[in-house]
Amino acid sequence: MPSVLLIEQTLNGLQFGLMLFLLAAGLTLVFGVMDMINLAHGSLYMIGAFLAAWLVALTGSFVIGVLGAVGLTGLFGMALEAALLRTLYARDHLSQVLATFALILILNDGVKMLFGTDLPLSAPAALSGPVELLPGLQYPAYRLLILGVGSALAIALYLLVQKTRMGALVRAGASNRAMATAMGTNISALFTLVFGIGAALCAVAGALLGPLLAVQVGMGENILILAFVVIVIGGIGSIRGALVGSVLVGCIDTLGRTGLQQLFREFLPPQWASAAGPAIASIAVYVFMAVVLAVRPQGLFPART
Amino acid sequence: MIHRTLQSAAAASLFASTLALVGGAAFAADKVKIGLVSTLSGPSSALGVDIRDGFLLGVKLNGGKLGGLPAEVLVSDDQFKPDVAKQLFEKNIKRDKVDFMTGVVFSNIMLAALPEAYDNNVIYISPNAAPSSIAGKDCNPLFFAVSWPNDAYHEAAGQFANTRNLKSVYLVAPNYQAGKDSLAGFKRTFKGQVVGENYTKLGQLDYAAELAEIRAAKPQAVYIFLPGGMGINFIKQYVGAGLGKDTTLLLPGFSADQDVINPVGSAMAGLFNTAHWSPDFTNPANQKFMAEFQKEYKRVPTLYASQGYDAALLINAAVRDVKGKLEDRDALRKALKAARFDSVRGPFKFNTNQYPIQNYYVRTVGSDSKGGLINKSFNEPILRDHGDAYVQSCAMKG
Repeated sequence: MPSVLLIEQTLNGLQFGLMLFLLAAGLTLVFGVMDMINLAHGSLYMIGAFLAAWLVALTGSFVIGVLGAVGLTGLFGMALEAALLRTLYARDHLSQVLATFALILILNDGVKMLFGTDLPLSAPAALSGPVELLPGLQYPAYRLLILGVGSALAIALYLLVQKTRMGALVRAGASNRAMATAMGTNISALFTLVFGIGAALCAVAGALLGPLLAVQVGMGENILILAFVVIVIGGIGSIRGALVGSVLVGCIDTLGRTGLQQLFREFLPPQWASAAGPAIASIAVYVFMAVVLAVRPQGLFPART
Repeated sequence: MIHRTLQSAAAASLFASTLALVGGAAFAADKVKIGLVSTLSGPSSALGVDIRDGFLLGVKLNGGKLGGLPAEVLVSDDQFKPDVAKQLFEKNIKRDKVDFMTGVVFSNIMLAALPEAYDNNVIYISPNAAPSSIAGKDCNPLFFAVSWPNDAYHEAAGQFANTRNLKSVYLVAPNYQAGKDSLAGFKRTFKGQVVGENYTKLGQLDYAAELAEIRAAKPQAVYIFLPGGMGINFIKQYVGAGLGKDTTLLLPGFSADQDVINPVGSAMAGLFNTAHWSPDFTNPANQKFMAEFQKEYKRVPTLYASQGYDAALLINAAVRDVKGKLEDRDALRKALKAARFDSVRGPFKFNTNQYPIQNYYVRTVGSDSKGGLINKSFNEPILRDHGDAYVQSCAMKG
């Protein structure tokens, strides 16, 4: 593969991985800290995208629209946690799965009633073209923005979790919840806050991916499966694990999709090569997960040891 | 299964013509009933809604009549599900006793429902789906396509690439039957070199990896068959990646129609696409259609709307020509096949397989008088009096 193409595909893989990380970060904290399986996490991604599309159209400003959507989705997540999900913490995982699956259906139809099945959302005009990174390497400016925002949030989240008091409480909750409570942590307020941050990160991903993909009902379900793969690979409850897992999954998927196709094209007819390429690339992610589970069942960077 | 269906359809039509002979002259009906089954809900509903609105507009402009008889149009939603369409066909045909069926958008849904019409000797007028199988070995006397054969837009695009002297093309389509058929259509007429063929996942939304490959392959042109939302995302990302500067993006007409132009916006300006109809055609039938459609529905019609409208005009002409004697199916079929109506697309006639022979045009997206975007056609057709490649395998002759 020529080096320019390799660099471009690596950037594509990183960009996809960072967006996965924004979803996986919230999911892994909720799962790790609260021991709660939240299938409706992808719905928050959808709500963020719809709110962004609505607010951008309303205000005419992309920045205000995205920030507004992030804030509103965070508040919505906190309200959801306080009103409904809190009652599920004590239940077993099956009840949590059933209740949050019901939530997916309700939120999908709720969004459909409010906004319709889809909304238009475009990248700001200044970022709609490409940028020349290296001679011969044109890269879409908007995807660079996603890379930048994703990296900044990853660093910020790492500092928040590793260097602040709140982060210490979150880590304490993730590694031993009973002990953290016994030491006097207000676990209930902490949970609400963590859930709100997770929802806001979902909204960032939804709002930023909206102009590239389609803002439509049900957009959260497919990406949620990959987010679960990421937290299983990274280790449940670990932000560092979620970051490494996301970038690995993003790169394996993107590079596999094209690199494998190129490899197969050398000795197979094109429709076989392009059918086998994506199929094997999407399996590759799960094969990787299976290998990680076999070698390190607790994930690459487990929160509990 | 297909053979059995064909046989029973043939038997049914024989039986019907015997009845007509025994009964002597058929009586004129007192009204004409049409079952219109289309996709009216879900993500693909825009297409079905335009077919329905075009058809109903045709009836309305005729004073609620078709061929002089009061017209009753029974509209129902197939919900994008083949089994639902089949049940609706059965209900329309057996309980409502309709004279014609029409309306379906998608080939797979239509193919599931068609046997209901064939088995009961009911004529189906297709306002959109026209798969190659029915053009060839599975052709049926009861099936009329008033749209365009599935391959036609792609053949026209291949021909356009030739006339533009584009020597190398990269092709993208979803990895399923219609995707492969479409690219085969393009390759049938294209004389240059295909430098890459990429079959993506059906329903894929992000094309970053494919676009990087296209950039590396350096083709002169890119041709895509990505219906619906897939095409909208591809075009947005293609423009964002800056590929439009060095490569020409060619599209089939339905990927550059009003329902794609609106969500993609200004990125569509200047793109070439191929179709059998364009909103700017100056023939009187089309000028009337464009004016009345926008007055009635406050939006620019798509290809689908023009096809629904033409379906109503075709039925109108045939019912008129048989003087309302709908029971005489053979005479009715002959009248349909003569197609004595002024189509909004201009010249139109049926081939022996009852698929259209018509002109195809290159269109380009430009600005309209109100600051929006709309398709404008080149004056000269790119393919003239064009039929399809499958007519030889159809057993119907003459």
